[in-house]
Amino acid sequence: MKRALANTGKYTSLIAATLVVLVPLLVVLFASFKTRGEYGSSGPLDPPSDWFNVENFIVAFTSGRMALGFWNTGLILVVSLIGTIIIGTMTAYALDRFDFRGKRLVFFLFLAATLVPGVTTQVATFQIVKGLGLVNTPWSAIILYMGTDIISIYIFVQFMQSIPKSLDEAALVDGASRFLIYRKIILPLLAPAIATVVIIKGIGIYNEFYIPFLYMPSRDLAVISTALFNFKGPYGANWEVIAAGTMIVIIPTVIVFLALQRWIYNGVTAGATK
Amino acid sequence: MKLRSVNRLTPWLYSAAALILLITFTYIPVANMIGYSFTDWDGLSRERDLVGLDNYVKVFTDPRYWQVFLVSMYYFVASFAQIAIALYFATVLSFKTRFRNFFKGVLFFPYLLNGVAVGFVFLYLFQPGGTLDLVLGFFGVQDTPLWLGDPDIANFSLASTSVWRFTGLTFVLFLGAIQSIPGELYEAAEIDGANRWQQFRFIIAPGIKRIISLSFILAISGSLSVFEIPFVMTNGANGTSTFVIQTVQTAFYFQRVGLASAMAVVLLLIVLVITWIQRRMVPDEDVTLS
Repeated sequence: MKRALANTGKYTSLIAATLVVLVPLLVVLFASFKTRGEYGSSGPLDPPSDWFNVENFIVAFTSGRMALGFWNTGLILVVSLIGTIIIGTMTAYALDRFDFRGKRLVFFLFLAATLVPGVTTQVATFQIVKGLGLVNTPWSAIILYMGTDIISIYIFVQFMQSIPKSLDEAALVDGASRFLIYRKIILPLLAPAIATVVIIKGIGIYNEFYIPFLYMPSRDLAVISTALFNFKGPYGANWEVIAAGTMIVIIPTVIVFLALQRWIYNGVTAGATK
Repeated sequence: MKLRSVNRLTPWLYSAAALILLITFTYIPVANMIGYSFTDWDGLSRERDLVGLDNYVKVFTDPRYWQVFLVSMYYFVASFAQIAIALYFATVLSFKTRFRNFFKGVLFFPYLLNGVAVGFVFLYLFQPGGTLDLVLGFFGVQDTPLWLGDPDIANFSLASTSVWRFTGLTFVLFLGAIQSIPGELYEAAEIDGANRWQQFRFIIAPGIKRIISLSFILAISGSLSVFEIPFVMTNGANGTSTFVIQTVQTAFYFQRVGLASAMAVVLLLIVLVITWIQRRMVPDEDVTLS
């Protein structure tokens, strides 16, 4: 009897939490399929009369220039991820596979940098990016995503520690150069760590708002976050269009989550607890 | 001899790119920021005058600037709720549950969403006569406030949005920690007649102490650096401006880089002190690097 009661409580709380998570999203989904008139006359919890009314999505996609947003986000994402992987794995290789004077100092510099929250230093970072002439170019975001990524280096170092050093030594005896060892042995074996970094960093870049908002105010450089944010002014009252725009941004996340659940849970745990 | 000097350089070559980026975009900004904070620089002109501690005095005495710290308190208190909710569901789902993966996915999912999208979702939810008012109406609550328009309420609404968004992360971290506790411990406890509460109290709670303390640190630095949710939803109106919104506006709209730098230095110092206290209180058991 007591067990049954506890079970009822447990499932009630789980269902309540599910509703709290899903209902806010569901009502936005409803709104995105409603026509102007229908939106005005129906309540937020009423489902749309026509589930195939994609008018709002077309308006949001074209006049919100979301295709451009996806393009810019994709471009910045790919370049920064490739950069992060190359720079991160090479640094991890140096830190894990070499003994050199100053190694402790380098470790300390990376460790101490994790304590500096990125948002605090933007006031001064902005001046540097401006000085380099990168403001209002995609390179501002790319270089900041690559340059502020210490978590990835940690993930690479940790993973590399589990790759036996005897592999390197055997190759070295066979006359392989250090670079060949990095390129042909270490890099392929790091594949799972690279996948983790791609996933958590990829999601992070897709969702990033602060950096593109600050560094790329030009409308032609709008990424998906800033493109969505720009709906605020001109569509202030057209909630059905904003709802469609919001859904366009959310849908890729849903697909990625459903496809890569396991990887995402592991990656997020690895990224946050370092 | 030549070979050796090449060898000595090799590790530096591999880490050069990362070090240059690290110094250019973390250490130089921190140093510059400290420098700016003692000046009245506007971020544009060539000249700047040293003003001593004037900026710091302003940050601590002008209510427009220190009040943003009070706003952080809403988010900080909300993060206690977040930790409690996450702990409850992580514990519940660590026992056998039907549709376990579904519930886990649903609870975690908001954390992955784009912050601007979350802002719009909740702007819609909090509208006068919107979803929240309607749902409360079902329960007989008629006199609902302006969730985002009323300065007494707005910060609660925004902090709740933040809880909705970030509980998933805390939850997954807790769940991972609980699941790394060996299963035999529960079996042994079960045989000894321990009930669920005792299992939680004596097995789960000690096992996840470290991750809970980490969550509190994340909660403090997180509540000090809140930006997206209030910026998208209210743009800092109705007393919802946060430290980061205030800093961004001071630096980039009002061109007072000196003053904004002083604010950023204060925030940085607070975060460093808090992290230091946490390290002292809960020493890292497994130092993994070097």
